[in-house]
Amino acid sequence: METILDPTDERVPVARQITPRTGNLSGIIGLMDIRKPRGNILLDELERLFGERMPDLEVRRYAKPTFTKPCPDPLRAQIKAECNYIIEGLAD
Amino acid sequence: MGRKPDFKLISVAGEAHTFPSSKPTFLCFAKEDCATCNLAAPLLQAFHDHYGDAANIWIIGQSKDGNLRLQDRHGLTLPILDDSKLLTSFAWDFEVVPALYWCPGGDGVETHVEGFVRAEWQSLSQALAHAVDLTPAPIDWASLPDWRPGCASRHLDPDIYERLKAAAEDSPIRARRIEIAPADDTAEFMFDQGFSDGLPLVPPTPERVLRMLAGTQRHPQDVIAEMPPNMGEATIEKIAINAVMAGCRPEYLPVIIAAIEALCTDAFNIHGVMATTMGASPVLLVNGPIRHRIGMNMGLMALGTGNRANATIGRAVRLVVRNVGGSKPGGTDRSTLGSPMKFTMCFAEWEERSPWAPLHVERGFKQDESVVTAFAMTSGPVQIVDQESRAPDEIAGSLALGLDSMFLSKYHMMPVDSLLVVCPEHIDTLMRDGTYSKDRLRDRIQHVTRRPLRTMVADNISGAGMTRQAAAQLSPEQLDRHVPKFAGTEYIHLVVAGSDAGKFSSAFHGWVTGAMGSQSVSRKIDEHF
Repeated sequence: METILDPTDERVPVARQITPRTGNLSGIIGLMDIRKPRGNILLDELERLFGERMPDLEVRRYAKPTFTKPCPDPLRAQIKAECNYIIEGLAD
Repeated sequence: MGRKPDFKLISVAGEAHTFPSSKPTFLCFAKEDCATCNLAAPLLQAFHDHYGDAANIWIIGQSKDGNLRLQDRHGLTLPILDDSKLLTSFAWDFEVVPALYWCPGGDGVETHVEGFVRAEWQSLSQALAHAVDLTPAPIDWASLPDWRPGCASRHLDPDIYERLKAAAEDSPIRARRIEIAPADDTAEFMFDQGFSDGLPLVPPTPERVLRMLAGTQRHPQDVIAEMPPNMGEATIEKIAINAVMAGCRPEYLPVIIAAIEALCTDAFNIHGVMATTMGASPVLLVNGPIRHRIGMNMGLMALGTGNRANATIGRAVRLVVRNVGGSKPGGTDRSTLGSPMKFTMCFAEWEERSPWAPLHVERGFKQDESVVTAFAMTSGPVQIVDQESRAPDEIAGSLALGLDSMFLSKYHMMPVDSLLVVCPEHIDTLMRDGTYSKDRLRDRIQHVTRRPLRTMVADNISGAGMTRQAAAQLSPEQLDRHVPKFAGTEYIHLVVAGSDAGKFSSAFHGWVTGAMGSQSVSRKIDEHF
């Protein structure tokens, strides 16, 4: 039997439950722009639709400094503290 | 002499024997294919016959088959304990068999001798007799040779010793051990696990990883960086495991460690480099004395195949990015096409053939320091052919035209790095009439690539470039303004490599250079080991 050593970071993914679906949204929803060109157009439209259809839902907008680098930890923590939901506009 | 580690070993007869013992213990590590051990075996049997009721007289044999042969050959009845796994031999830490230990109290060692010196054994027999209150065993000492050298203990065979060291309690290895079933093919298993870049890997056994770790004095658990996208901890050990898989020698490890440090800076931004659909990849350039010490190629085929250091250092770095960082094609590596540089791209500058200060000296390091520089490049090496120019400005002009195609010849004023590798014959032409400085070459590149702004406007041939709407805002004079290829000369990096024959230089083309993309990073290589 040959033994080899694990070349990976040995990360064990955390299992998470999906939040129960109630059919309603309330609270604060964050819209995150990663700063890819035209990502704001998609998020603007989402904000407009939320305003029309779910007026009780508060929308807050966030943006990464640049799409090329990981989200800074303070911004990640801020979103987690402030929002019940987050939608991230990806690229291309 | 102190206490030796406890053990519990099973004899050839199937009985368990433990150390320490309540009886005086006289034990001898031996291997069957050692002539001196065969000289000692009948003596130990005679000790057993004489002292055996009052003392343990044990042989600890180093192979199962050998123990049986030793027993049959000499008609032994004393306990021959099985240490075929060699864990006890390793733990007792001696060099030569026969290795004799006399433990009068059954625990602490009073005397330890290796090989066979008649006077020593005779004196030990007397000590044994004294301890158990018997007359010395009747042995014809005069018939025995004065002295015989022993043999190296089996646990010191290089392969075995490294395996034992890797498994020992104080082993520096902490990575998860993966046992591969005998029915599985190790190479196939590693492909199946997703460890590979698509090419076969060297299995990272604990023994190989230990040998790799000998290439640095850094502690195996030192964390060099947290590597995106998974923010995996790039420890020295994890880097060494991937270096083994890539096919590296231990002396390459310091280069790989320095390269990983460079990649994981905010300036280099390995996350963006790997994630971009443009298909960027690190290009590693090595400067300084380590180039020669580890046999890097900077001459013929410097950017190609055939040199182990060039090929495997670049590959090891990419494997760390894949396995520790977690950047994989289709995951966060979103390259539209990618490039062969994603397998490996590492070479050395031929500083001795260059008339210029080498790249690391330009960047503030000392000439005698070894340095690795990481560039994020999307294309390359792209050949620039000029076999005709004989004047310095002519060859400089050709190098400029070669760079003019970067991304798209229409694009100018680009804030994007290029790395131009000038071959020796082109250098000779450049220097024909005296020194042709790097700055002069950079200026020449900018001058030759100047084009009127209007040639960069989107048109029916190509919709790329300045939009028609933006161009409409400019006056004819503004559109006639000439602009060079690069936004500044600082984007043009120059090094020398290649064989003495051939008028072929080459260029690497960058990605998004700057704070929003990637900036080249140099790191000193720690050569002290």
